[in-house]
Amino acid sequence: MGMIAPAIPKSWYLPSKPHKFCPGCGHGIVLKALGETIDELGIQDQVVFGCDIGCSLLSWNFFACDSTQTHHGRTTPVMVGIKRSRPELITIGYMGDGGGYSIGSQHLLNSAVRNEKVTLILVNNTNYGMTGGQMAPTTLPGQKTETSPFGRDVDLTGYPTRGPEFIAELTPDSAYVARATVSKYKQLRRFLRNALRNQMEGNGFSFVEVLSTCPTNWRTNAQQTWHFLEEEMEQYFPIGEIKTPFGKGDK
Amino acid sequence: MPKIFEANKKAFITGNEAVAWAALAAGAEIMFGYPITPQNEVMHYWTRLAPEYGKGFLQTEDELSAGFTVCGAVQSGKKAFTATAGPGNVLMQEPFGMAEAMRLPLFAVIQQRGGPSSGTVVYSQQEVTLTTFGGNGEGHRIVYSTATHQEIFDYTIKGFNAAWKYRFPTFLLGDGYQAKMREPLEMYNPEERGIEMVKTYPLVGLEGKIGEDREPQHLCNIYSLEEELYEVVMKFAAEHEAISPELVEYEEKECEDAEIIILSHGVVSRAADDAVKILRAQGIKAGYFRPITLRPFPQKQLREAINRRPARKLLIAESAYGQLDRLTKQEIYGETVAIENLFMPGVGIIDYDIINKVKSIL
Repeated sequence: MGMIAPAIPKSWYLPSKPHKFCPGCGHGIVLKALGETIDELGIQDQVVFGCDIGCSLLSWNFFACDSTQTHHGRTTPVMVGIKRSRPELITIGYMGDGGGYSIGSQHLLNSAVRNEKVTLILVNNTNYGMTGGQMAPTTLPGQKTETSPFGRDVDLTGYPTRGPEFIAELTPDSAYVARATVSKYKQLRRFLRNALRNQMEGNGFSFVEVLSTCPTNWRTNAQQTWHFLEEEMEQYFPIGEIKTPFGKGDK
Repeated sequence: MPKIFEANKKAFITGNEAVAWAALAAGAEIMFGYPITPQNEVMHYWTRLAPEYGKGFLQTEDELSAGFTVCGAVQSGKKAFTATAGPGNVLMQEPFGMAEAMRLPLFAVIQQRGGPSSGTVVYSQQEVTLTTFGGNGEGHRIVYSTATHQEIFDYTIKGFNAAWKYRFPTFLLGDGYQAKMREPLEMYNPEERGIEMVKTYPLVGLEGKIGEDREPQHLCNIYSLEEELYEVVMKFAAEHEAISPELVEYEEKECEDAEIIILSHGVVSRAADDAVKILRAQGIKAGYFRPITLRPFPQKQLREAINRRPARKLLIAESAYGQLDRLTKQEIYGETVAIENLFMPGVGIIDYDIINKVKSIL
């Protein structure tokens, strides 16, 4: 018996596969869930996918959807510019925690306040992966990175950013705000579906943070990686729908 | 495109208002902006005109966002623009750089104010270097420096067309004086002057089913290999150089027998024009040369003007400390004409400033 080929989303762009993310990286899982969601909603031809700088950059030709790559932190305003000009398009901004919560935080915050009808997906792996593992806004207290080599000192650098929580405070009820994790795939799919539906229905701002893995910079083996994601990260960053126009939130 | 003006419309308005009307006449569809003096009234007038003509506007959180939302809008095929000044122009160099890298038809109006830093909100010509060569690139841009409200109107229309035709980011470089003062001009529908507006088209959000009718678009501004980027930049450079002859614009007066040529741009050229007339009346053979395009620069035409008599001296007059001077020297390298200067950073220059300078150096 031959090998069973893995199911590949129709909206994936095959010439760019296999993808270039590190082994064990969570981006592939997020992008698979996003691809399946795009397929399920039948929106491949309406999507404009925009990616940031950082590891998320490697998704610039990931989908067989019109895609554009921006600058570090600037994916949000580019998506806003497209959506404001062509409301019939479905704009998906894809970024990391550095791009969204640090250098692009003013764009994230203000687009949330304005309830822009865009969907933003932010992958939280607690560090700047592409540039070599520096401390991020999401780095956990005590976590070692290249710029916090003795562990993050919260007295000096503050506590990790809880993005969805602050965005939920800034947005009206028509916004969708959730935190997912690559360790709960079906839930991730559901949250992404809701985040896209919310834009398609013209309700408002849609934001999903996804907890993800970075074994390369965490310097962890498979078991340690999964432990850090499921135990340490989830403890600080609770999973669930924080704000949803689609009935009761899923905690 | 709907007619904006019933007939040619004579008006007595500020330069900022002229920008808003010209953008409307040029078929601009959406403006993104952030408040900064002295460009604010571009937004003020646009937001009053927008609902009547079905146009869009967004006041963004900062100039980075204003520039990048314009980048997104033009990628989706809409005629979009912004306006800024001073520190706002500094912040916008990041999106302007992306527009350069991705060949986006971005159009921006720059109303120069004093610098460095917050400087003044009033006036200067200190954003020449920034607007022509800002960013971490090679200045593959188109920059029109206007001197009158009629030109603000004309070159806003022309600027949109240049951006969409050549797909290099295009700038109208004005200043606080031009932004705020009122003067007469004639406004018109471009089509009635035989000006055809260049059709816009999207780079993303295209028609058709992906995989059946068309391939997906994948736009990028970053490359893995040195050689890939090299190819891209060399291609841009070649294209920019190739279109330069049809883009350059300039004004030349009385250079045939001029002993001294006064070189200036923008609103200062009006003082230079007056100064030349007065100097001529006094028997001094002065000439006038004004680049209208600062990028690309009319270097061939300036060399010709210098070498006609040839002129003994070139006086560069500007409301900056040598920004036009540096630009000119790099463009006319090799000419032996003596170059003198009148640098008045951040303040206005009147005819007598130029006349006194000319008399002191002849």
